[in-house]
Order: sequence, then structure tokens, then C-alpha cells
Amino acid sequence: MDTRILTNAPYDVDKVRQDFPILTRLVHEKPGRPGKPLVYLDNAASAQKPRAVIDAMAHFMAHDYSNVHRGVHYLSQVATNLYEATRVKTATFLNAPSPDTIVFTRSATEAFNLVASSWGGAHLKAGDEIILSVMEHHANIVPWQLLRSRTGIVIKVAPVLDDGTLDLDALADLLKSPKVKLVSITHGSNVLGTVTPAAEIARMAHAAGAKVLFDGSQAAVHMPVDVQAIDADFYIMTGHKLYGPTGFGVLYGKAEVLESMPPYQGGGDMIQTVTFEETTFREVPHRFEAGTPPIVEGIGFGAAIDYVTALGMDAIHAHEQRLLAYATEKLRAIPGLRLIGTSPTKAAILSFTIEGVHPHDIGTLVDRAGVAVRVGRHCAEPLMDRFGVGATARASFALYNTEAEADALVDAVRAVREFFN
Amino acid sequence: MFDDLRDLYQEVILDHGKNPRNFGKPENFNRMARGENPLCGDKINVYLSIGADGRVQDAHFDGRGCAISQASASLMTETLKGKTEAEAEALFGHFHDMCTKDDHEHTDHGPLDPEAVEKLDVLSGVREFPMRVKCATLAWHTMHAAIHGDDKTTTE
Ligand SMILES: Cc1ncc(COP(=O)(O)O)c(C=O)c1O
Repeated sequence: MDTRILTNAPYDVDKVRQDFPILTRLVHEKPGRPGKPLVYLDNAASAQKPRAVIDAMAHFMAHDYSNVHRGVHYLSQVATNLYEATRVKTATFLNAPSPDTIVFTRSATEAFNLVASSWGGAHLKAGDEIILSVMEHHANIVPWQLLRSRTGIVIKVAPVLDDGTLDLDALADLLKSPKVKLVSITHGSNVLGTVTPAAEIARMAHAAGAKVLFDGSQAAVHMPVDVQAIDADFYIMTGHKLYGPTGFGVLYGKAEVLESMPPYQGGGDMIQTVTFEETTFREVPHRFEAGTPPIVEGIGFGAAIDYVTALGMDAIHAHEQRLLAYATEKLRAIPGLRLIGTSPTKAAILSFTIEGVHPHDIGTLVDRAGVAVRVGRHCAEPLMDRFGVGATARASFALYNTEAEADALVDAVRAVREFFN
Repeated sequence: MFDDLRDLYQEVILDHGKNPRNFGKPENFNRMARGENPLCGDKINVYLSIGADGRVQDAHFDGRGCAISQASASLMTETLKGKTEAEAEALFGHFHDMCTKDDHEHTDHGPLDPEAVEKLDVLSGVREFPMRVKCATLAWHTMHAAIHGDDKTTTE
């Protein structure tokens, strides 16, 4: 995203919406009561699926299904080729140097556990420090705490400024310690929307002799990502937020870093030879993929990458940035509404509170207007504490959302205020 | 826009939600528990003062939460006063049934104070909102924990 130019091609959101079957449905339908059109603004939790993804998975199961990497029979080869094609697509999507640097997991969460357990277990010892940020998702906190209780590593936390921007000065201070071995930080906050300056963070971490891991679960959905340009040692994504199926995640790792890591889970597929005395393991990335992988999900994820690539991540980014600007201005005009996360670089995620109304009540009410938002702590409890709120309401936009939907949100939120006054 | 939500957010609930009764930590109490709903981050404390006769002399709460959980806690503190522990538990059993089950599925929890039952009835609308049941029952779970001497509870 740092280096590419935004395209000016018109983005036809009405046409894009036709690709998503669910977007035509109504919600809260009852006999005698017409339903409300769905306004789906919970994309940061999980995105809806285009027909291309749904069809690819169904077609694969109906025509090409088999286990992968195992058989000599025809379908096994077909399925393996299709599944491995997703690895190539993923590498291209992230501009990774080689498909061999792409490890498939079952979720972003599993990818974090893999890195903490395998890389952390092999390279970190008692007293070594890792740096997280206060805006991390629990998936980038708890695996490190589990490692801490096994090995005695020390977890340091980089703060954010009041607008939700990562505090780079504080990060620099934390990096002065010679014991820091890893900086594991989000590339895009699921609560604040903040997009962090990944290339700069990587430079700082590397200058201090530390490796760097980015949580791209959110960022990679909203903008082009180039793991070589930002010089990430690890980069993590999750399939279901990128319009793909659940049960599929991605871990990118630099070749030499992955090579330095022992297996994560043991089982079939990840071994070369097994005897009861000794087992040798396969090469990277297969060493980290034990057991029958999420094959159908992998096919779906490949279709999702094809889909967003055809639209263009630049065009998606530009569309969502327009929505962000539009919705921000409209929400800001509502008295008593507090936006949490106003960083100048952010994705189209708007967390807010309304004076005197609990987020849970906001969620239940706007839902009745057909508007789906998330309310709660968003798996980021330390961040809630940082901003002194118990919970927030969060509207998160995707490539298929429209200004009219932003209006529907704003109208519903205004009505919530009136309801409680 | 929200007409059909009036069953859930009745005027009494909005009133108790905005102006909760018996709110704040009292000077004297002899039972206390902290309740938390990890789903939404709501946290409340329930303070009971139970007399030598085994009856609840006073009930208070504090903490933050949605309109439903605040109103439920407020109404609960009002209905608990004068109840024995067994009566309080019976009321909890009834309340839980009311929030989660159809009328004919309610079980017998022992004798109930009809006035309290009527008062709590304003919350019966949550049955149509399964995601909000825990908001309504948090205070009661916490009260139960206070009586039984667990100082922490959660609705998960
Ligand atoms: C920033 C961030 N990191 C990690 C995750 C975890 O993703 P998953 O639950 O798919 O493993 C999420 C999604 O919930 C997220 O928003």
C-alpha cells in the first residue's frame, strides 16, 4: 500500500453487491410484518461470502474432492493441485517471495499458537522479552502468556496515543532493552481501525535485533499488503474475514525463519519417515501442517483471493476509505457520541459509545432496524481498559457496503439516543 | 423505528435502568459477591445484609451494565428485602425460568411472594432475546454467589 498508486477506475458497488447472495435477504421477518433489509456492518468479526467462493467449494466437493498429498489416484492429484494453487495465490496476494513461505493453518488464532509454540519454544528463554501492543486481539496475547508460563519470557506492552495511533516513541524505548527478541503487533486494529506503520516498526525491531510479526487479520482485508516491502518476519491472516470460509488461516514466514522452527503439531502429512525409534519431518511449509488439512476451505480461500484480486485491493481500499470518511463525519455529528480510534491512518472500522446508553442496548436496538453491528469488548479487553470503557459498539465496513448503509446506521443510532431520552 | 422493542424495554425498565434503586456500596453488609458477564464486560457487585433471623435486611448493588442488567439488579434489590435465603433462591429460580422458558415449562421452586413475582414480570420480555438473558440474570447469579459465599461469579 505504501508504494502503489490508487486506481481511478469507477467502483460499481451495486454490481459488487450482486455477487453476495446474502445481501438481498431481509431480517426480523414475521408473519404480518415485513422484514428489514440487512445492513451488514459486522465485517470485522466475519465477512459475507461471494457466490464465487460458495460455488468453488460446492463445485470442488461435487466434482474434484479427495484427500490431498496422499494418493496416486487421479482425484488425489486434482485435489492436491487445486489446494496447492491456493498457496501460490496466497503468496502472490501477500507478495511473498515463494509459496514455500506460506503455511496454512485453521485460523489466525492457530497461526499465533504455532509461532508462539514452535518459534517461541525454540528461540526464547527465561528473561527474553517480547513486545505486544495494548490494542492486540486476545489471539496475539494469550498464546504468549501460555508460553510465558512454560518458559518465563517477559511480555512488554507498547501503548497507543489518545487517537489510537501506536506510540512509536514508547515502542522505541521498549526496544532499547537488549533482551527484546520479538515485536508482535497488529497491522490493523479490529477495534480502533488503526493501521500501524508496519515498515517502520519492522525497521525499528530489526535495528534492535528483534524479529517482527504482524497480525494482518484485519489489515490484509482492507488494503494491499506486501510482506517483502514491510520486511515482516511473520505475517498472519484469517480466511473468513477476507470473504473466504471459516476454518482457514495463513502464516507467512521468511524462509530462514521457518527453517529454524521445529514442528508444531505431529501427525500425518508432516513427516518424511516414521519408525517408533525416530521420525524425520518434511520440508517447510509442510512440516507445520499435520493431518488432513482444511481442503475445502483452502479451495474457498483461493476463490476469495481471486475475487478480491479481480476487484483490486487498491480499489477496495479506496472505496472503503470513502465510506470511512462519510460515516465518520455523520457519526461525529451525533451529540453524545464518542468515536474511539481516530488515527489518521485507519481502516473503515468505527468503534463508538453513546453517553448514557450501554453498547449492548445500542446493539439490540439498531439490530431491529436491520443494522448488524458488534457490541462488547471485541476480544481486546486491555484496550477497553485503556480507553476507560467497558465495551463499545463497532460498525465495520466491507467492500460491498454503501453510503446508504452508513446512513441507515446513523439514523438508527440517532433513534437509539431518542429512545433512551 | 423500535416499536416492537417496547416489550423488552418497558417504561419501568428504562426508569430503573436510568435511575437504579439501591445503587452504591452500603456502609454495612455481611455478604458480597462480584459478578461478571465476559461477553459484554458488564461487572456488578451485590451487597447483602442478612440479619440474625436469616432474612435479607438490605440489598444493594453497584457496577456498570446495560439497561437490562441495571434494571434487573435494581428490581432484584427491591424484591429481596425481607426474604429468607430460601425465599430469595426460590425467586431466583422463578426468575430464571421466566427469562428462559415458556410458562408451562416452569418448575416448582418453593413458595413465591406474589408481589415480587408481579414486579419482576416486566423483565419477561427478555425471553424473546436469548442474547440478552444473561444481562437479566447476572444480578441474580451474583446474589446467589453472595449467599453461598463465593465472592466471584460469572454468567458464562
Ligand atoms: C485483529 C485480529 N486478530 C486475530 C483474530 C483472530 O482470528 P480468528 O478468530 O479467525 O482466529 C481476529 C478476529 O477475531 C482479529 O480481529
